[in-house]
Amino acid sequence: MAETQVVASKSSSEDTRKVLLSIQNVRVWFELRRFGFGIAGYVRAVDGVAFDLHEGEAIAVVGESGCGKSSLMRTILGLHRPREGQVVFEDKVISEMGREGLKWYRMHVGYIQQDPYGALPPFMSVQRILEEPLITAGVHNKKEREERVRKVLTEVKMTPVEDFLHKFPHMLSGGQQQRTVIARAMIRNPRLIVADEPVSMLDASVRVEILKLLRSLQASHNLSFIYITHDLSTVKYFSERIFVMYAGQLVEKGPIGKILKNPLHPYTHALIAATSDPDARNAETYKEVPPGEPPSLVKPPAGCRFHPRCSRIIKGTCDVEEPPEFQPEPGHQVKCWLYK
Amino acid sequence: MVSSANHKLLRVENLVLHFRTTVGTVQAVDGIDFELDSNRAVVILGESGCGKTSLAKAILRLLPRNVEKYTGKVYLNGVDIMALNDEEFRQNIRWVGISLVPQAAMNSLNPVIRVGDQVAEPAIVHLGIKKAEAWNLAKQMFQHVGVPEDFLYRYPFELSGGMRQRVAIAMALVTSPSLIVLDEPTSALDLLTQANIFNVLKRIKKELGTSFILITHDIATSSELADEVAIMYAGQIVEVGHAKDFFPKPLHPYAEMLMASVPRLRQDQDPEFIVGQPPSLINLPTSCRFAPRCPKRFSKCDQDPPMIEKDGRKVKCWLYA
Ligand SMILES: Nc1ncnc2c1ncn2[C@@H]1O[C@H](COP(=O)(O)OP(=O)(O)O)[C@@H](O)[C@H]1O
Ligand SMILES: Nc1ncnc2c1ncn2[C@@H]1O[C@H](COP(=O)(O)OP(=O)(O)O)[C@@H](O)[C@H]1O
Ligand code: SF4
Ligand SMILES: [Mg+2]
Ligand SMILES: [Mg+2]
Repeated sequence: MAETQVVASKSSSEDTRKVLLSIQNVRVWFELRRFGFGIAGYVRAVDGVAFDLHEGEAIAVVGESGCGKSSLMRTILGLHRPREGQVVFEDKVISEMGREGLKWYRMHVGYIQQDPYGALPPFMSVQRILEEPLITAGVHNKKEREERVRKVLTEVKMTPVEDFLHKFPHMLSGGQQQRTVIARAMIRNPRLIVADEPVSMLDASVRVEILKLLRSLQASHNLSFIYITHDLSTVKYFSERIFVMYAGQLVEKGPIGKILKNPLHPYTHALIAATSDPDARNAETYKEVPPGEPPSLVKPPAGCRFHPRCSRIIKGTCDVEEPPEFQPEPGHQVKCWLYK
Repeated sequence: MVSSANHKLLRVENLVLHFRTTVGTVQAVDGIDFELDSNRAVVILGESGCGKTSLAKAILRLLPRNVEKYTGKVYLNGVDIMALNDEEFRQNIRWVGISLVPQAAMNSLNPVIRVGDQVAEPAIVHLGIKKAEAWNLAKQMFQHVGVPEDFLYRYPFELSGGMRQRVAIAMALVTSPSLIVLDEPTSALDLLTQANIFNVLKRIKKELGTSFILITHDIATSSELADEVAIMYAGQIVEVGHAKDFFPKPLHPYAEMLMASVPRLRQDQDPEFIVGQPPSLINLPTSCRFAPRCPKRFSKCDQDPPMIEKDGRKVKCWLYA
């Protein structure tokens, strides 16, 4: 099988900000165990992913469920070790760090997950939930901790603070629960925030409120931000660049405006075409959807992983050789033979 | 059931479903009126907890034990089905007249029974036909929903989520009901799968003439099927009208704000959020139920507004009185 070298995104050359996080050709494979016989194969959840994230930059990773988004994020958070490639944070290779190193790293990284209720310990008050990360960070002065808890609650607009400090998660609305999760991610003043589908469990009206909050925090703290989502319609309010993920790989990377207006990869095309805006005329037409379903990550298709579903396939090429990353315009990369 | 020319397919009048709880009465469905013509789709849109699933249950008489009040009229082809006894309802209405694709249907298929048998079963039970004939029907339904025929022999775990959801739709179709109620049919599915399911529903509507009640909180995708839109808030419908009037210009302040909250791919305006939360359905105020969150409220709003007709649309708001 042709394994293509993937190099870090070229767009770094145009961006003058310092690189904070560098993902270098990362592969994360999970063992498939067969009863009694050792390893039966691998789930190639992340299979050759590379990009640079700059200081204060917000990016979005978009893809359907099972494409490897969470595995990639968990690797960035140091929860999975890549079998190949490196995760570099501020010139330190975190994918090779021990416990102490990871402890240092996690001070600088905040994590916001999908299901706010599941993320919050049910028997702790909001105050306890927010104090915990400070205790592990060695903030022993109770008064200082309380001050920081108040400050962060104000920042996530849970005011008056007194109304929330002693509440338990089940007493909060979905939106307030997610604000609490955000406050917890923010309380150690991280440099990087990873938000894995932070609004997908929330109602439409609350969703916007939370996205706006995240965006204002990102801007006011000059945070680097990775926003993971399956919902293309929310990314432009949020990020500068967008990475489209399919079957363990990033198939298109580029500035939001360019990708939404002029998608290059046939899969990105399909995602955009399938996204509805509320419009009565939608009911009059059928949507164009590529046939089939995303492939198994245990035995992904040879060549381009999208080729069995692609209407623009170049027979003899796409089904044989994996496309490398082409760069048809500066700062815009696409893993598709059409752009050779 | 054959639909007759002088009746609406469905007419719901002052439908009420309240639940008894230890903390008080939950007014989940609280005086709902709407109509639906044959071969049309109405979308019931609202935030979670506003009573959408309860409305589906009230229409299909799928009631929990703690019902406190269940009243109103539901006419199907002119027949008041609320007046039927449970046995008549079970035999003539559920499945045969109206079927339901419940919330999370794709996860409620029986894991140890082949999907072909599961799709055939309602036809055997409710149409009284033989197994072989029912399997034939199931096969036809699989074609309508775009599942390969040989999948009839598979078990649910051998199918993807999207395929299982199609199977659930095939099951609702197999008894040829004139109306299908879909409760959040695509909420748990991926974008491309969602788009596929909406293609399937559109095709069924066109080819079989079926009507739909689509219950959802997803405003953008709801427009893929909607002929009519009904906006639900705190157990009531606050606006109802044709989709082509509603989507460009909703009337009710809640509907306006809901529409403004939708992030759009093809437009640049920033989405806005709605301040505050929907009220609890216990001890509802006597004012307009949206008044506490409404930026346009004025003195009249202390009283419950009636449903007001305006240019063929209906809106429950004093601004239009
Ligand atoms: N710990 C794990 N062990 C084995 N397989 C896993 C593990 N985590 C994820 N996977 C598999 O990796 C693939 C990608 O999953 P995930 O990263 O969760 O995708 P996404 O977040 O895009 O939905 C899926 O096939 C999933 O089943
Ligand atoms: N059997 C029941 N007993 C008591 N309360 C119920 C029952 N079923 C639903 N409810 C309540 O009724 C309200 C409406 O619920 P539901 O109809 O499921 O709303 P939706 O489908 O719009 O999310 C919610 O507050 C819910 O907790
Ligand atoms: S490489 Fe070929 S098969 Fe893959 S997306 Fe491009 S055109 Fe389609
Ligand atoms: Mg995930
Ligand atoms: Mg519901």
